[in-house]
Amino acid sequence: MSNATRPVHTAPTFMQGVWLVSNREITARVRSKAFLIATGILLLISMASVIVGGILSQNTTLTKVAAVGTAISVVEQADAFDIVETDTIADAEALVSDGTVEAAVVPFARADSVLGITVIAESSAPSEVLSALSVSPNVRILDPAKQDGFLAYLVAIGFGIIFLMSATTFGATIAQSVVEEKQTRIVEILMSTISVRALLAGKVLGNSLMAFAQIVSIGLLVSIGLAVTGQRVLLADVGPAIVWFAVFFAFGFVLLAALYAATASMVSRQEDVGSATSPVLFLVMVPYFLVIFFNDNPLVLAIMSYVPFSAPVGMPVRIFLGEAEWWEPVLSLVVLALSTMLVIVIGSRIYSNALLRMGARVSLRDALKR
Amino acid sequence: MLDIKSVNKRYGTRQVLTDVSFSVGDGRMTGFVGANGAGKTTTMRIILGVLSPDSGTVLIDGAPVTANDRRRFGYMPEERGLYPKMKVAEHLVYLARLHGLDPASARRNTSDLLERLDLDARAGDTVESLSLGNQQRAQIAAALVHDPEFLVLDEPFSGLDPLAVEAVTGVLAGYAAQGAPVLFSSHQLDIVERLCDDLVIIADGKVRANGSPETLRKQHSRERFEIRTAGDVGWIREVPGVSSVDFDGDYAVFECVTDAASQAVLQRAITLGAVYSFSQLRPSLATIFKEVIS
Repeated sequence: MSNATRPVHTAPTFMQGVWLVSNREITARVRSKAFLIATGILLLISMASVIVGGILSQNTTLTKVAAVGTAISVVEQADAFDIVETDTIADAEALVSDGTVEAAVVPFARADSVLGITVIAESSAPSEVLSALSVSPNVRILDPAKQDGFLAYLVAIGFGIIFLMSATTFGATIAQSVVEEKQTRIVEILMSTISVRALLAGKVLGNSLMAFAQIVSIGLLVSIGLAVTGQRVLLADVGPAIVWFAVFFAFGFVLLAALYAATASMVSRQEDVGSATSPVLFLVMVPYFLVIFFNDNPLVLAIMSYVPFSAPVGMPVRIFLGEAEWWEPVLSLVVLALSTMLVIVIGSRIYSNALLRMGARVSLRDALKR
Repeated sequence: MLDIKSVNKRYGTRQVLTDVSFSVGDGRMTGFVGANGAGKTTTMRIILGVLSPDSGTVLIDGAPVTANDRRRFGYMPEERGLYPKMKVAEHLVYLARLHGLDPASARRNTSDLLERLDLDARAGDTVESLSLGNQQRAQIAAALVHDPEFLVLDEPFSGLDPLAVEAVTGVLAGYAAQGAPVLFSSHQLDIVERLCDDLVIIADGKVRANGSPETLRKQHSRERFEIRTAGDVGWIREVPGVSSVDFDGDYAVFECVTDAASQAVLQRAITLGAVYSFSQLRPSLATIFKEVIS
């Protein structure tokens, strides 16, 4: 091949470079057994939690109660029991003794009893039966909560765990792959072909796409699971929050990915990745715990839903609780997007300054130098 | 033609390169020789644009190198690195694509190169599963897979067995024969001596000598001759123009200040009796190297 016949190749554009790098990241991830197993476990856990929730909620089989004579109509009015009619009180007592029914309801002879019934149980007073048969006073709630506290707690934990797990696993993956390139020095070849920014952008994009795909599949799985197990009511409540969660996650993850890549580029050995990226891990975990612990404190939650690191968890929880105005997620998203851009600019400076420095950890001041 | 012009580079307070200038001509295999820490790797990184110099320029055919020209270089860094878990052929295709090749040419170049480097049987294996020598071959393939117009290779022969050295020198010489400037560094001076058309010797960040091995020999060492005759050769030290002599009975090695002196010795020897051998001793590259950097 002489110079004259040498084929002329045009240099890849920035976007082509980014795309090639992100493609490689995705392929490497998909081929990694550790990644496939971790994803499988995460999907299984979310599926299992939906199914278990479904079974628990459907497990409202009516309590079996024996009833005699005039007590039958009283029990029927309560409309909460599977009634076994017996002829005599003795028969009813026998059913209670052998465990066929939870309790027996029999007519009460004394005239001053309002209900005119007696509840017979085996060893202790059956509170469920008693509360169903008793007359409760009227209740008027001035400011009804949209969701009950326990469910809100579960939803907050659910979002929190998924965000934390995805962010830390993918963050660690990015950090490792940055150091792998540095340690094997392939980064020198990469830097001689495409710009450092294209390299960083490709890594962040590839891993973010994978993380986002994981989140979307969990979201779909949970939604389908809720629909299939007949928890449509819950789906209608959680659905919008899940969608917002996915949107916030997309931005929040890019921010974290850039931070992980930048901090990891300051060290040269895999052994040092953990300590180098621990400040980022701290940033992810602190707001997460605040959201979990203060999920019944509207003020803390409101602040958290605007702080970029905790917004992906905080804002969806507030949307679920019905506390957020329509413009709040939009504003928070703008804050998140702006801080993501800022972090990418700073991160890519650290990344390009630190990438060729081998050996000792690069100080943050050196890494930020022009 | 690749020109490095007055390149300076400083790391903190340490001046790593001082006014480094040299050229790599078209089709010239140029050996880049220097002790560890002399500045070879830094120079190569600057040529590739991986590092930027504090001052000075790198020119291709007279025009400064742009980021867009980098894809025309084939680069092999000193510290070897490929993704350990990627398959060899896939890896090469990836690097070719990063240099702007379309998928079809990337695949074609990859299979051609693997065949030439005798690595085609390993195309589907992961890089980490290769032997050290084969990893080196894969690394060389990585530098060549995108049809580079210039080669910059940092220690391409380290860690290669003799067979692989042959394969690699063949490939590099082929590139130079097509007119590509080839710059390579090596500590194996015998290989450099055998391969290079030009030589650049660097020490403490300064270019100490630069030119064809013949020129450097002339510049940096006296002419040395060897003679074996039938009789004793002790008389040689009396000949005017001979500066130093090592003799052992009928055998002597001597240095001459002038060319004429060596001929005077030969003529005198012939008049004295039989001469079995008379030859000019070519100092090895190692000798020149020591001479130059001392």
